[in-house]
Amino acid sequence: MDIIVCIKRVPQTAEAEVTIDSSGKDIEKDRLSFDINESDSYALEEAVILKEKFGGTITVISVGYQDTEDTLRIALAKGADNAIRVKAEDFEHIDGYKTSQILKSVIEKESYDLIFAGCIATDDAYSQVGVTLAELLNIPHASLVINIDTSENRADVNRELEEGLMGHLDISLPALFTIQTGINEPRYASLIAIRRAAKKEIKVIGQEEINKDNLLLNTEIEELFIPPKTKEVEILTGSPAESASKLAEIFKEKGLI
Amino acid sequence: MNFGLTNDQKMLQSEVRKFAENELAPLAPEIDISGEFPKESIKKLAELGLLGIFVPEKYGGSEFDYVSLAIAVEEISRACASTGVIVAVNNSLCAYPIMQFGTEEQKQKYLPLICSGEKIGAIGITEPNAGSDVAAMETTAVMEGDHYILNGTKRFITNAGEAGIFVIFAYTNKELKHKGISAFIVERDTPGFSLGKHEDLMGIRATANCELIYEDCKIPKENLLGEEGQGFYICMNTLDVSRIDIGAQAVGISQAALDEAVKYSKERVAFGRPICKFEMIQNMLAEMATQIHAARMLVYYAAWCKDAGIKRFSKEAAMAKYYAANISVDVTRKAVQIFGGYGYSKDYTVERLYRDAKILELYEGTSEIQKVVIASELLK
Repeated sequence: MDIIVCIKRVPQTAEAEVTIDSSGKDIEKDRLSFDINESDSYALEEAVILKEKFGGTITVISVGYQDTEDTLRIALAKGADNAIRVKAEDFEHIDGYKTSQILKSVIEKESYDLIFAGCIATDDAYSQVGVTLAELLNIPHASLVINIDTSENRADVNRELEEGLMGHLDISLPALFTIQTGINEPRYASLIAIRRAAKKEIKVIGQEEINKDNLLLNTEIEELFIPPKTKEVEILTGSPAESASKLAEIFKEKGLI
Repeated sequence: MNFGLTNDQKMLQSEVRKFAENELAPLAPEIDISGEFPKESIKKLAELGLLGIFVPEKYGGSEFDYVSLAIAVEEISRACASTGVIVAVNNSLCAYPIMQFGTEEQKQKYLPLICSGEKIGAIGITEPNAGSDVAAMETTAVMEGDHYILNGTKRFITNAGEAGIFVIFAYTNKELKHKGISAFIVERDTPGFSLGKHEDLMGIRATANCELIYEDCKIPKENLLGEEGQGFYICMNTLDVSRIDIGAQAVGISQAALDEAVKYSKERVAFGRPICKFEMIQNMLAEMATQIHAARMLVYYAAWCKDAGIKRFSKEAAMAKYYAANISVDVTRKAVQIFGGYGYSKDYTVERLYRDAKILELYEGTSEIQKVVIASELLK
């Protein structure tokens, strides 16, 4: 079973202070660390699990700048066989739609049974690359996939819907699934796998291979901003017992208890 | 000159950091209180290849270099100082002397067990009456037929309670003074061996630090490591490598303290503004960051010396260990100071870091011994 996994290198903003850059359309990234997008790491792990079960190859693809190769190499160390970087520097102003078109032009030349992508990128949160790519490739898709049971030409998948609901689909392959976090437990790369991956070649594709004149944008960011504070937040510090006691005082003051 | 890490070193750093943050850091406060050896974590570290970082692949190791060892120990120690030293001892104090001085049979027999975590490694140098003065050790090994008969007690042995393989130093000829010391590979289940007191330590509390007692313990003569009388040399050569690790552990603990201090100083408000706005706090943060950077450079440089095949790097290793240990105690003290009263509470990580840091100035050669090594190299 040949699987393609689309991954993205994103800034780690969960615990960082985010500030807007001088253009007003992006965040300051100089001081942030970068890693594989969270749901993409689950997508990669799911591909590795299926490869261990059925054999075949895994190709990871990312549209990104040179440092994206670090992320692709880690994916190689975790079980991918091939890695392709599409040079983001050749395609200025990339949105979700344009990324899907770029990926389509690369993937249509590859053979595959399944394509996986993360269900959402933690930086722009568009959630559209996977499903748009499936439409462009004219293959079926399922989003927010939380379980996959696959045979040679079909896959039974469960989708995680809101309010604890699950959707069950029976899909013919080739197909594209956007993977939800929690579907598996992503592994860490072993040192030996890292050493081997460090020597592997990453295929780099740019505007020579992809005609950028045919690529369209359908969104443009007008402004990024941090919403103004509307309410004061009080952080209770101290030991758990002290915090609990302060919290109880506040509840009493407000007449809640 | 190139200060950049190689592709594989960068990947190792990123994966070990992620593993340490997700898997080790959450357990660190718990095992500090309970003193319980983190068996499950060590099993996972073994699966990733972190128990035999520089050991050749043919002996079950990961075949990385010594800079990578320093990076890994730093990242692990940043999350959990106990786990950091468990890994450091397994690599540098047990796998290293066997790899460096062992026979082919010894390497084939013991290194795969140590790298896979099937047997944890430890080393026995220190004794109740012999610390810095290694040659004052009282343990003896007397040849009798096909065996050496080992008698003596080793104290403050990291990993001892859980270890399966020990590198033990003992006199085979007391008259020759330090040239009469020999090294042995001793298995845990050897009759005559028993475990003594478990040490209730101030820091690095989950390291199964115990006494080793040998009473007429029969060691097969093929377990002699190196040659008879080579023990002191093996010991010093091994400590040169392990001091790089301890320097790396110091950098990891210090970095954790700085990270905590920076975060807290932005959150804590006093006199109407976050305390990071005060120059006294900024002064401490700036000093801490500079100290850590300098220590990291010394540690990486000593590791690079080893990787570059430079024969004598005792001075560089001693400088790295001495300076990194020294600043680690200072950096963690400053972190506690920035936290104020909260820093003295077990509810905050910096309290543990301050206790963990102190051992760095004591084990694998006190700071005073490091200065003796540095000065003796200068005065040669």
